[in-house]
Amino acid sequence: MRKASILWLVMVFTLGFIAPSVLAAAKCEDPIGVVVIKPGEPIHIACWMVVAGPDASLGTDTKRGVEIAVDDRGGKLLGHPIKISVQDTGCNAEGGQAAATKLASDPTIVAAVGSNCSSEAKPGAPILWKAGIATVSPSNTAPYLTDPKRGPEYDGYLRTAHNDKVQGAVAAEFAYKKLGVRRAATIHDGSVYAEQLQAVFAETFKKLGGTITAQEAVAPTDTDMRPVLTKIATGKPEFLYYPIFIAAGGHITRQAKEVAGLEKIPLMGADGIFSPDFYKAAGEAAIGMYHSSPDFSAFAGGYKDFLQKHQKKYGEKPLAPFHAHAYDAALMIFAAIEKVAKKQPDGSLCIGRKALRDALYATKNLKGLTGTITCDPYGDCADPRIAVYLTTAENVKKLEMPSTPYWKPYAEAPPAPAKKPPAKPPAKK
Amino acid sequence: MPQRWRERITPTDVIMWFIGAAIIGLILVGSTATLTRGPYTARHWFDFIIFGLAQGSIYALIAMGYTMVYGTLRMINFAHSEVFMAGPYTAYFVAAALYRSGFLDASPAVSMIAVLFVSMGTSTLVAVLLERIAYRPLRMAPRLVPLITAIGASFFLQYTFRGLYGSGFQAYPVVKALEGQWNLAGVRLLKFQLVVILSAAILMAVLYAFVQRTRVGKAIRAVSEDKEASALMGIDIDRMIVTTFVIGGMAAGAAGVLYALMFKQVHFFMGFIPGIKAFTAAVLGGIGNIPGAMLGGIFLGLIESIGPSLFLDGLGIVAPYQLKDAIAFTVLVLVLIFRPTGILGERLAVKKA
Repeated sequence: MRKASILWLVMVFTLGFIAPSVLAAAKCEDPIGVVVIKPGEPIHIACWMVVAGPDASLGTDTKRGVEIAVDDRGGKLLGHPIKISVQDTGCNAEGGQAAATKLASDPTIVAAVGSNCSSEAKPGAPILWKAGIATVSPSNTAPYLTDPKRGPEYDGYLRTAHNDKVQGAVAAEFAYKKLGVRRAATIHDGSVYAEQLQAVFAETFKKLGGTITAQEAVAPTDTDMRPVLTKIATGKPEFLYYPIFIAAGGHITRQAKEVAGLEKIPLMGADGIFSPDFYKAAGEAAIGMYHSSPDFSAFAGGYKDFLQKHQKKYGEKPLAPFHAHAYDAALMIFAAIEKVAKKQPDGSLCIGRKALRDALYATKNLKGLTGTITCDPYGDCADPRIAVYLTTAENVKKLEMPSTPYWKPYAEAPPAPAKKPPAKPPAKK
Repeated sequence: MPQRWRERITPTDVIMWFIGAAIIGLILVGSTATLTRGPYTARHWFDFIIFGLAQGSIYALIAMGYTMVYGTLRMINFAHSEVFMAGPYTAYFVAAALYRSGFLDASPAVSMIAVLFVSMGTSTLVAVLLERIAYRPLRMAPRLVPLITAIGASFFLQYTFRGLYGSGFQAYPVVKALEGQWNLAGVRLLKFQLVVILSAAILMAVLYAFVQRTRVGKAIRAVSEDKEASALMGIDIDRMIVTTFVIGGMAAGAAGVLYALMFKQVHFFMGFIPGIKAFTAAVLGGIGNIPGAMLGGIFLGLIESIGPSLFLDGLGIVAPYQLKDAIAFTVLVLVLIFRPTGILGERLAVKKA
């Protein structure tokens, strides 16, 4: 009897200790939730992008980048088909919030790509992260989103797009060093993106020794820009920087030519209006205008291949500058899923949400189209190379963006043949 | 007397007057500061006024549609902003074709008249269909019903045109003959601005004369005074109501072409903001009153153009043009505090209001 009871005791102990750990290995667990994908079911990746309205080119462009990334995988990941769904965000805070709320209610979504406009991400990213969905943005550039002070609600947010701290500084250097202007004015439209980008520009321009004559603002729906331009003209600027969106950007470009004092000065926009749709909106007034945008010529070798696939699949050239960033965002997500997904005994796939988020943040030296992707602790993953482009009459006529940069900040750095190409523009702080 | 005054003045009135006085005070302080210290010269103010007049005359033309329909039907035709959008958006395709064929540059006057004709025609057609399909069956319904129908019709039209023509922007071809500027006695005027202001003025004068001087105009005025009585006098009310929609549609279509000349962009959502502004202008001038709508439109355009620089710059507010709409609507509130019927508004009899 004693022997038997000891044996029982041992057995109970063993079960008590081992069984849970065995079960846990089989059970799929994660501190903030899991997605279980049954055999044959798709891995659902959601895109929240602006695919309708005046800025539709931005979202269509990034959506295509994701689609080509899926094609390159043969549409499959770990034996499961990849499903892409798209939710329109409208390039404003309300749209971003609505889209994120909708995504957050769908438990099948593993990860998201988006958003396009920084104003969408500001309310949207926290909603997604509350639902445990990590999101990688291909085109949000506002510094706030990856700022160390952004708060824990943005913990699930990363981006492959450059930070505007880089873009604004490049634009200011271009104006000051290359064009030699000393007095500049800026216009923003109250959006997170434009407001912060012009602020970085103004700060850098002042640091370089220039004067900012005005920092004006318009509403994105405004059409009559002549009064505000007349007001700007009273400060006698030699350069006008307006990193805003297509509708208002087109009006400013056209109307600046009609305001006394601004007819001849150089105009410059940013990546938000680097699109054939902008040429449609601005017409011939866009000729001679500058844009800051990602440097396509610095993209990896695979980019040529990508362009061919794009041409074949959609019958046209890319519509905006962020297709490659979207491709890289998808690559990052695929790599992270491969790292954390666990096969279950029943053949289903278990993906822990926190594990996936951590794997995304741990992305290091991933070879993407835009360069080498390494994430910092706040989700900035880009390898930012910004160049300045000049629009010619030919571009406007054919509705095609210029493909070769007019000026690069890092070309002026002393040649260093032994070193590998600089990962970041050396002139940046 | 003081007794009666005290009885008539309610606390609400006092608060309203207080708010009004505070706003006027701010406006005065801001304006003096801007005028004494601001960087603006007389030429800048002249530019502001011209910009405001051009924008305002477009508001005025659209506002006529709102005010005339209100006059006859006592309803706000919220779909009027889509009537305004339909014309220039359809005429865009004509303009683009003329531009591609080179005809637009060869004979700009004929081309612009053709574009204007198409735009006015389309807007009128949309306005008439709107009346026939959406409003006439509801003539006897309570007043809120056609109002909600108007909002529904507005969405319906917006998204129909989005389906027809796409959701992107279309850039209007540039009329070379209207580019550039004239210098009149040292004063610089953009050509198309002058064209916009003059054609709007002519159109408004014609429409006003039509309403005031012709038999049909008299009938329209009679219907807006008292429908039953005019029916008893042998006026065909339905026909008069359709006529008001036709006139409103024509004015909106013409305004659309002028808008396209000024801003060179069309879009399925383009009617929304000008529509709201024109409605504001109609209320500002006294809704139901045609000269009031014209005055209100021009007043609103001027305030939007001059206001931010004049009122806010002196107060040291940065980026005042972001507050352009706020200023426009503050002025509306002010006018409604001191003159609830609008600048030229008639005192509405109880049964009409």
